[in-house]
Amino acid sequence: MARRTTTARKTGNTVLAWGVGLLIFFPILWTILTSFKTEGDAIAIPPKFLFFHWTLENYVNVNAQSNYLLHFWNSVVISLGSTLIGLAIAIPAAWAMAFVPGRRTKDVLMWMLSTKMMPGVGVLVPIYLMFKTFGLLDTRVGLVMILTLIDLPIIVWMLYTYFKEIPSEILEAARMDGATLRSEILYVLTPMAIPGIASTLLLNVILAWNEAFWTLLLTASKAAPLTAFIASFSAPEGLFYAKLSAASTMAIAPILILGWFSQKQLVRGLTFGAVK
Amino acid sequence: MATQHSRAAARLMISPSVILLFLWMIVPLGLTLYFSFLNYNLLMPGAHDFIGWKNYYYFVTDPAFTTALINTLVLVLGVLLITTIGGVLLALLLDQPMWGQGIVRILVIAPFFVMPTVSALVWKNMFMNPVNGIFAWIAHAFGFQAFDFLAQAPLFSIILIVAWQWLPFATLILLTALQSLDSEQMEAAEMDGAGPFARFVFITIPHLTRSITVVILIQTIFLLSIFAEIFVTTNGGPGTASTNITFLVYAQSLLQFDVGGGSAGGIIAVIIANIVAIILMRMIGKNLEA
Amino acid sequence: MTSTLRALFGACAVATFATVAGAQTTITVATVNNGDMIRMQKLMPDFYAKHPDIKVNWVTLEENVLRQKVTTDIATHGGQYDVMTIGTYEVPIWAKRGWLASLDNLPASFDVNDLLPSIRAGLSYNGHLYASPFYGESSFIMYRKDLMKKAGLTMPENPTWAFIRKAADKMTDKAAGIYGICLRGKAGWGENTAFLTTMANSFGARWFDMKWHPQFDTKPWHETMNFYVDMMKADGPPGASNNGFTENLSLFQQGKCGMWIDATVAGSFVTDPKASKVANEVGFAMAPHKEGVKKDANWLWSWALAIPTGTKNEAAAKTFVDWATSKDYLNLVASKDGWANVPPGTRTSLYENPKYLEAAPFAALTLKSMKLADPTHPTVDPVPYVGVQFVAIPEFQGIGTAVGQQFSAALAGTTTIDAALKSAQAITTREMTKAGYIK
Repeated sequence: MARRTTTARKTGNTVLAWGVGLLIFFPILWTILTSFKTEGDAIAIPPKFLFFHWTLENYVNVNAQSNYLLHFWNSVVISLGSTLIGLAIAIPAAWAMAFVPGRRTKDVLMWMLSTKMMPGVGVLVPIYLMFKTFGLLDTRVGLVMILTLIDLPIIVWMLYTYFKEIPSEILEAARMDGATLRSEILYVLTPMAIPGIASTLLLNVILAWNEAFWTLLLTASKAAPLTAFIASFSAPEGLFYAKLSAASTMAIAPILILGWFSQKQLVRGLTFGAVK
Repeated sequence: MATQHSRAAARLMISPSVILLFLWMIVPLGLTLYFSFLNYNLLMPGAHDFIGWKNYYYFVTDPAFTTALINTLVLVLGVLLITTIGGVLLALLLDQPMWGQGIVRILVIAPFFVMPTVSALVWKNMFMNPVNGIFAWIAHAFGFQAFDFLAQAPLFSIILIVAWQWLPFATLILLTALQSLDSEQMEAAEMDGAGPFARFVFITIPHLTRSITVVILIQTIFLLSIFAEIFVTTNGGPGTASTNITFLVYAQSLLQFDVGGGSAGGIIAVIIANIVAIILMRMIGKNLEA
Repeated sequence: MTSTLRALFGACAVATFATVAGAQTTITVATVNNGDMIRMQKLMPDFYAKHPDIKVNWVTLEENVLRQKVTTDIATHGGQYDVMTIGTYEVPIWAKRGWLASLDNLPASFDVNDLLPSIRAGLSYNGHLYASPFYGESSFIMYRKDLMKKAGLTMPENPTWAFIRKAADKMTDKAAGIYGICLRGKAGWGENTAFLTTMANSFGARWFDMKWHPQFDTKPWHETMNFYVDMMKADGPPGASNNGFTENLSLFQQGKCGMWIDATVAGSFVTDPKASKVANEVGFAMAPHKEGVKKDANWLWSWALAIPTGTKNEAAAKTFVDWATSKDYLNLVASKDGWANVPPGTRTSLYENPKYLEAAPFAALTLKSMKLADPTHPTVDPVPYVGVQFVAIPEFQGIGTAVGQQFSAALAGTTTIDAALKSAQAITTREMTKAGYIK
């Protein structure tokens, strides 16, 4: 990070990056703008960018029609719960695979990923029957279990890659200083692995947040997360783009904020790395 | 490097993941395999007779099957191509010093937050629609005929939508990997007179290979089962131009509620996915070793 | 990270939800997210005032997700729902399996004889009512009176397809962004297949002969498809092969369509000045027929409330169904939101109510269209199935969607009409053989 950069170059980077960033973000920006339009303005041609009748009507309607906080809270519990449990199970496994690789490590990794290839629809009926038997239908516990299992291979894989990038000389140095396995993981590895763990956490929370097959089919009213909230606004009879945009904005906003925080975390992890 | 002691510890640490995934795989997969040989429609209660390979026969001889297979591969490869190349370039750009870096990163990552049904609806109705869409409006503003994306190039349009959703994933993983790149090594190379391109080819790319491999593998898994985007935009049409294997399995399982046929399709999808994965591993698997 | 998370959890703990305990019966109602159902949720205070011992949990979803969830649940006897919103397609299939509780003993005030006969027939199996209609619809023509006048034509009440073609040609002004005719093109059993099946019925076609052999190789189907594709290519909007009900509705509301043939329920949307630019210019007419063919292109659909067998709360569920589909409910909606917003198409008495007829310009034609639709005799030639725009067999959703894909390809021009019909014939024959209908 100590490299010199000229202001001119920094300006160039800034302009280019903001341009690309805004282009990629535009569809979302458009969704957010649309959420403040009337249904008529939402489909107007030529499109109305900023000069339209701003209204909060859609948000009022969305809130009157559904229990946003319940769905939001279910999403938080389900996505964070499954990701944290997944991380707790996956960190030791990924650590072991990265630093004590055996002959079959690669095969085990590959096999884990292959469990992810099973299409959900194929196993819907047996899972539904099992959930019914164990009283897990429409419970957050059941969904956390399913999503943990679904995302575990991804978590292991991502952590494995990040751990692999940590130079093993550092570990050996620590070992020579007499560090135990436990302190080695806690004090040497973990700080260096934080950016990796943070981005794994973020990506998996998003994956779980957006998972729309199991969360829709295994819930009814009590444990239904935001995917069900969205499904109650998409494609009814009549015009609905503005209302759907409002619902989408509400579904995206929390995770956008989480992204903002973990984004800072990623940068903080970087400074840890630089200390070495 | 590894001692006997740490090997045992390692095995202990891996086992929870392995056992859990093994159970998760064996129970539903075993049941799916079993159902795939039965005449079992959810809407027809009664005895479920054993019918041998009939479900498989009907799934594979479906005239849409070959098209769906090709579409699945085109979809996966197209999105992979766009997201990996785009992801590397974006990660490099975002790693440069600039003002408002944090905000730009969030802007770039944001599409990944949007639920697939919503992004498909937004793209279909607000962008690609040949009458109401923004693209049509731009085309008209320049005096061109509006292009009917979803009818004339359905698969391409879906690739575009899916790539937009997955580009952030690739970017974020590659960006995190870039940050662990040793800056001293870069500076040393710079002092030795290596130009930016040479530094990119000989230092950055080798450093990123493992992350690129992971991006490709993980994305492949998700891309093989793309469904919501197709369902919302084209429903697999026109004809079977945008039908993929997952869509066929869906039609069996959740339109006809044919559990037997759906299970057979599911097993075939797993086999295809594994073949793709094995080919991928052959091509890029060596990158995973240290 | 931890501090942020803790803040997040803290903020949400405030919003924890207590479940109401006590002697209350809680029932879970699964509904589709259309305007009429959402209005009902807003009117729940009336229900709670009358039945304080019953609490209702709503599960509101878009049509496809709803269908997947309730079908999975009822077939596995999951018991998650006490009341399900289902359509005329599901009722005969599910009732046959014994999955639905019969609604024969609803209170006398429900007045089962007031239900429109065609709707009642569509929701009954072996003479017993298995679902109570919340609203019903047929299909008709919505058209722009101003454009029709400009074209120098007058819409008859019973137009022929030939007239529709002539009017569409004259109304189309592509430079001004006006398309004479908007029809469904998006593939799907409930989208283009539903429309084209009714259209084909009016051309004298049918899905199956009495031995369950598909009929796509017959002349009426070829005539239907040729007429449809020709007209849409000449006078339809671009991108028609991806337009379903919703897309066409927004085109019409923006004033881009001269005519639109679709669900009668759209009548109130296109005449709503808040959503429609052309609200004052809309006229209605009966769905077209073909000269010399005695069958009209009207479909019949109803969203209805049904109670799965085996629910523990059957009595409470029945109380709710009775309230939601009663005559009093119609009066309740009228008193709050006006007569034009009353759920249409279920009761004869509604169409004898002068206040309703005055508020809803589309009411008379809706009733007439619904009376003409006959799910038990949908076609000119005899058929072994029930259903106008669908075939009430479990396999139809899959077959109808695959056939719809072929039709949308013919419309998009990526395949010829002959090839599309040949594929439709092959797909259907295959699936029917697999399912054991064709021996």
